[in-house]
Amino acid sequence: MLELIVISTLNGVLFGMLLFLMASGLTVIFSMLGVLNFAHASFYMLGAFFGFQISLWFGFWPALLIAPLLAGAIGAGVERFGLRHVHRNGHVAELLFTFGLAFVIEEVVQIIWGRSPVDYRVPAVLDFPAFTIFSTNYPAYKMFMLLMSIAIFIGLLLVLKKTRVGLIVQAALTHPHMVGHLGHNVGRIFMLVFGVGTALAAVAGVIAGPALVTQSNMAGLLGPILFVVVVVGGLGSLPGAFVASLLIGLVQTFAVSMNGSLSGAFGPLSSAYGSTWLADIWDVTIAQIAPIIPYMLLVLVLIFRPMGLLGKRDT
Amino acid sequence: MSEIAANAAPPLPTSGERLKFYGMWVAAAIVLVLLPKIFSSGGSLTTFSLIGISIIFSLSYNILLGQTGLLSFGHAVYYGLGGFLAIHAINIFSAGKWPIPLPVIPLIGGLAGLAFAALLGWVSTKRSGTAFAMISLGVGELIASSALILRTFFGGEAGVSTNRTKLLKLFGWSFGPQIQIYYLVAAWTLIAMIAMYALTRTPLGRMCNAARDNPERVQFVGYNPHVVRYLAFCFAGLFAGIAGALAAINFEIANSAYLGAEQSGTVLFATYIGGIGFFIGPIVGAIFVTMLSLGLSDLTQVWQLYFGLIFIAVVMFAPGGITGLLMMHRPLVKAGTLMRVLPSYLIALVPTVAMIAGFILSVETIVHYTVNPSDDPHIRAFGVSFDAASPIIWATAGVLLIGGFLVARMTWTRIGQAWDDATGTARDKGIAA
Repeated sequence: MLELIVISTLNGVLFGMLLFLMASGLTVIFSMLGVLNFAHASFYMLGAFFGFQISLWFGFWPALLIAPLLAGAIGAGVERFGLRHVHRNGHVAELLFTFGLAFVIEEVVQIIWGRSPVDYRVPAVLDFPAFTIFSTNYPAYKMFMLLMSIAIFIGLLLVLKKTRVGLIVQAALTHPHMVGHLGHNVGRIFMLVFGVGTALAAVAGVIAGPALVTQSNMAGLLGPILFVVVVVGGLGSLPGAFVASLLIGLVQTFAVSMNGSLSGAFGPLSSAYGSTWLADIWDVTIAQIAPIIPYMLLVLVLIFRPMGLLGKRDT
Repeated sequence: MSEIAANAAPPLPTSGERLKFYGMWVAAAIVLVLLPKIFSSGGSLTTFSLIGISIIFSLSYNILLGQTGLLSFGHAVYYGLGGFLAIHAINIFSAGKWPIPLPVIPLIGGLAGLAFAALLGWVSTKRSGTAFAMISLGVGELIASSALILRTFFGGEAGVSTNRTKLLKLFGWSFGPQIQIYYLVAAWTLIAMIAMYALTRTPLGRMCNAARDNPERVQFVGYNPHVVRYLAFCFAGLFAGIAGALAAINFEIANSAYLGAEQSGTVLFATYIGGIGFFIGPIVGAIFVTMLSLGLSDLTQVWQLYFGLIFIAVVMFAPGGITGLLMMHRPLVKAGTLMRVLPSYLIALVPTVAMIAGFILSVETIVHYTVNPSDDPHIRAFGVSFDAASPIIWATAGVLLIGGFLVARMTWTRIGQAWDDATGTARDKGIAA
């Protein structure tokens, strides 16, 4: 039991930090541009596939640097040549633009790399067990992922709190119009923020790719959970996104490792109900409902706290 | 007070306008009756049935997006649940020999859609705008994932199937042949179109528009925008359920794909491409997108890519959709200045088509090298055969794409000038543009 708790906590924090890498970019983009980037998870996928391709050519470490830069450049280009033109048509048009973009990116990835998973491997340097607890070998690569995302988190925190750029971004989180009135080149800041945000998502993709499955549906699988994170945390709240990322990361990881069901706890259903739909609910294990737990959490949060956990702004 | 009300109320329609209005519905009914007489092949009947279902579904979606300003990413939930309930209803009725004929089944689907919209809608419509979009996505994923867990009801991966001919027969109609299904779909399409049009004319429909444009003012005049959004959501669920039930009857099966994100995305595409600003927009969009998805898939392997690009192009350059583009020209027609813009359209058409051809040629060549590089390079797309390995083709594609773009950009500027000129004249004549 203790083993389960320790391992699941580690994995949950890891998944949570990965989610936050993406959710932070999404939140900052949303706060500044007012547009929820539906294609954010697609940039995570692009990061994973670029990482795979570049690590085939030059190795993993160059890929870790080049792939996010490339994805970030594409992101900045999307803002400059796409979103900026759509902006005058309103927020719905912007959201729809990114929705179409997500659709197109998935198609392009399928055309280039196919539908089946690609063989994106953990680099040989990190392919060993880091430590053994309770007879479980914890892979070094996962520790690397954890340290990497914590390092980026701290870096992000320092940039936000200690630099001038961070000051502007922070100001834009709460008073986006005022920042424009103060004479900052809003267009360039927007492009930069969009580029950096998508690059952060791509970093998550590069490091998560070898550990998870790098496949053309990975954006479709992760995207909805990402949006749950930002809505549960409170749209536009960076601390909220952090709390919600960790919460969902931990909850989902723990749920996957649990096998309990109602029939396990209270005994099987009487045979009269054995073949009805009640039996489906009675016999299902927590591990099986793990994929829907984030959405259930979303509905609960919306009922009791419609603004999200730490959200303030109504949109 | 009564004086103000009398002044503010729009004038009653003249008999000519009334005739035009009712004539339109009668004409629609006649077209629906005559269509299968002109195109009687099995394939076209299936296509018409699919279009009819898509029209109801898209119109129901536009109650949310166009009329209430709610962008939903999970509208297929109510479509799918309507479909599942309809299938189960048919199975139960035919097993118990209940005296209920098939044409009533879509109503059951509609009530199922309404019930679930009433259940899930209250939470969903608490927020509007971006938050609503994300919530609808989350709720959609919740239901779609639950469908795979509740296997007895949703039938797991395979879905639930039925036999539509086992129900009570009215006037000897068994609903086996596609032509009978076509008439069933056509009748329901007409009923749903009239009902949804009538809905836009009610005070509720007007309040929906108000809640879309300015929720704060809605509160000031004493309405709760949340309730208005909720009611619109319920109506959208009702008609989506009817569409889902018709789809389930048409295919005699319902599976979890009915509820999924892809279905929600398709209806969004159809509605938006058609145009959300006009009642007829989703109808145009449903016809266009259904034909396109059936037609394009025969022409090219990567039709979904083109589909996505068309959608992005509409969002970027024609936010009013196809109908919006056409309706833009109404003041010009009235002012008689349409002929000033048409020549520049024709001039722009040539380089634009060249650019698109070059783009398609490049895409198809790239697709050949990435998807199936070992195959014969003589490929065929859009009914044209060409050699993807030949440098001449590459050069042609490049020249068409870049040259076309450079020339087309100049002609687009020309269109802009002609447009300003034509609308300016129209405005001088006192016609609002």
